[in-house]
Amino acid sequence: MLTSIIYNVANGLMLGAFYVLMALGLSLILNLSNVINFAHGNFLALGAYLALELSKVMGFWGALLIAPLLTALIGVLVELLMRFVYRRDPVYSLLLTFGLAFVMQGAMLWWWGPSPQAMEMPDILNAPISAELFFVNWYRIFTVVVVIATVIGVFAFLRHTRVGLRIRAGTLDLDTVSALGVNVKLLRTFNFTVGCLLAGLSGVLLTGKNGISPNMGDDYLMPSFIAIIVGGAGSLTGTLFGGLLIGITAAVTGAIYAPASEVVIFVMMILVLLTRPRGLMGEEGML
Amino acid sequence: MSSVIAATASVQRSAQRRWLPVAVIWLALVTVPVWFPLLGGYNALAGSVLVFGLAAMGLNLLLGFTGVLSFGHAAYFGLGAYGAGLMLKYVAASTPLAMLAGTLFGGLAGTLFGLVIVRRRGVYFAMCTIAFGQIFYYIAYKWNDFTGGFDGLRGFHREPIGIGALTLDITDEQPFLFLSEGFRFYYFTLAMFTIAVVLMGLLVRSPFGRTLRAIRENERRARFLGIPVERHIWLSFSVSCFFTALAGTLYALLNNFADPLALHYTQSGYFVIMAVLGGMRSFWGPLLGAAVFWVLKDFLSSALPEEWMAFLGVIFVLAVLFFPRGMLGMLKRRSAE
Repeated sequence: MLTSIIYNVANGLMLGAFYVLMALGLSLILNLSNVINFAHGNFLALGAYLALELSKVMGFWGALLIAPLLTALIGVLVELLMRFVYRRDPVYSLLLTFGLAFVMQGAMLWWWGPSPQAMEMPDILNAPISAELFFVNWYRIFTVVVVIATVIGVFAFLRHTRVGLRIRAGTLDLDTVSALGVNVKLLRTFNFTVGCLLAGLSGVLLTGKNGISPNMGDDYLMPSFIAIIVGGAGSLTGTLFGGLLIGITAAVTGAIYAPASEVVIFVMMILVLLTRPRGLMGEEGML
Repeated sequence: MSSVIAATASVQRSAQRRWLPVAVIWLALVTVPVWFPLLGGYNALAGSVLVFGLAAMGLNLLLGFTGVLSFGHAAYFGLGAYGAGLMLKYVAASTPLAMLAGTLFGGLAGTLFGLVIVRRRGVYFAMCTIAFGQIFYYIAYKWNDFTGGFDGLRGFHREPIGIGALTLDITDEQPFLFLSEGFRFYYFTLAMFTIAVVLMGLLVRSPFGRTLRAIRENERRARFLGIPVERHIWLSFSVSCFFTALAGTLYALLNNFADPLALHYTQSGYFVIMAVLGGMRSFWGPLLGAAVFWVLKDFLSSALPEEWMAFLGVIFVLAVLFFPRGMLGMLKRRSAE
């Protein structure tokens, strides 16, 4: 009984960790640029594929470092395209990222093929942490630790650096930030890049859990949306808790009644929106 | 005097200019079973265009005429399809009942969800519509015994409709004289489409429709004028869901099949691109967009089974970057100049 509870909570933490990493990137882009990045799941897949290629040359650890950075570099290119639509109705930015998601998925399908590929993990990560807890291997612990460190890093960056301050200010009122002489274009590009970096990182980490395929990110996109809605628009802390909450809820529900594991997070979203329309930690005045 | 004559002539000319395109559209639609096969098309493809056109026009009531972006209309489209299919399969083998059930199912779901969603604006509204829409995708996907799961709902087919002593056999696929096969259901679809479009046209011209446009142009001013903006957006959302659900029922009848992908947000994206491609500020734009988009997708996915996704994506990107007003929007602008 106890092991079963530990197993499910550990699963939920894992799942929640990926949702958090994805949702944080989406949330950063959404808050500052007012854009829903449909291609975020494809950036995740891109990170995974890049890691697969890089690991052949520099091993897992090198790929873990370099692949997210390369993903972010592609993110810069995409952001340059996004610049055309920031001033227009949101329908255009949505369609643009929607189309880019198709392009990226099609390109990956063409380059790497549709069949899932597996990546070699270092032996240390494959080993279980103990004989009783055989289902928890070091890879899971490592993933959770990396995610926690990344999240702390992102929050510290936003709180304690000048650029972070500008991003937070831009979330509330970008026009004023621009009027104060900040290069908003550059700020947006940087912010978008950080979002893609996080997606790429989750892609690399996910290679230990799933096979690598062009649509591997699709399963994580919708829960990330829900994490943002549940956590509340405009609040990164909300996104963080939202991601963890739905991860654990989905895993625990999945253990009790597997077919309901997706539907339950939607039910949770509806309950939250009914009782608290702006989400758990949504900023007052944010729509 | 001469200026009066000139003015009358210009009014007449502008009235002509307004009626001519509409007449051309209807003439083209009515004669599809004759000319479309000559171009290598088939009636089921034309029927799909009508179905998706109706769905996109329904969405456009919200998107183009109210200025609110829903990226989750596939849910109500798919609910219409599943509602009709489940009715035919499990309850009663009657086409009108199936259409009624599907339309009510999708429309009422949209009305209910709209209550929660309309409190948001802009991208957050869009995000909520996506998230709410995906609920039904997962239900249809996971509830294997009832909905057929990933393979979709099969085992039902459209039934002949009896009106008194008359029987309208929309299931017959035989060609007749110069009309190619499948024309019966095509005309049935066209009839339903016509009824829906007339209703939409009346709605757009009504005071309610004008209020919606006022909200689109300046929400704050509309609010100051005492217009209950939230309620109007909710009503607009609800009405557009009913139309989209009706299109969904026709989709199920056309294919004798309902699939979970019809509920997926990718399909919602297709509806939005149809509206934008054709011109979301014009009444007929989404139909034109649906025709171009669906025929193109049909062609691409059969000609390039591997790469069509990337090509479709490139078309999306190009349309957004270079043709934001859509085809009819650009035509209008050119004739205005």
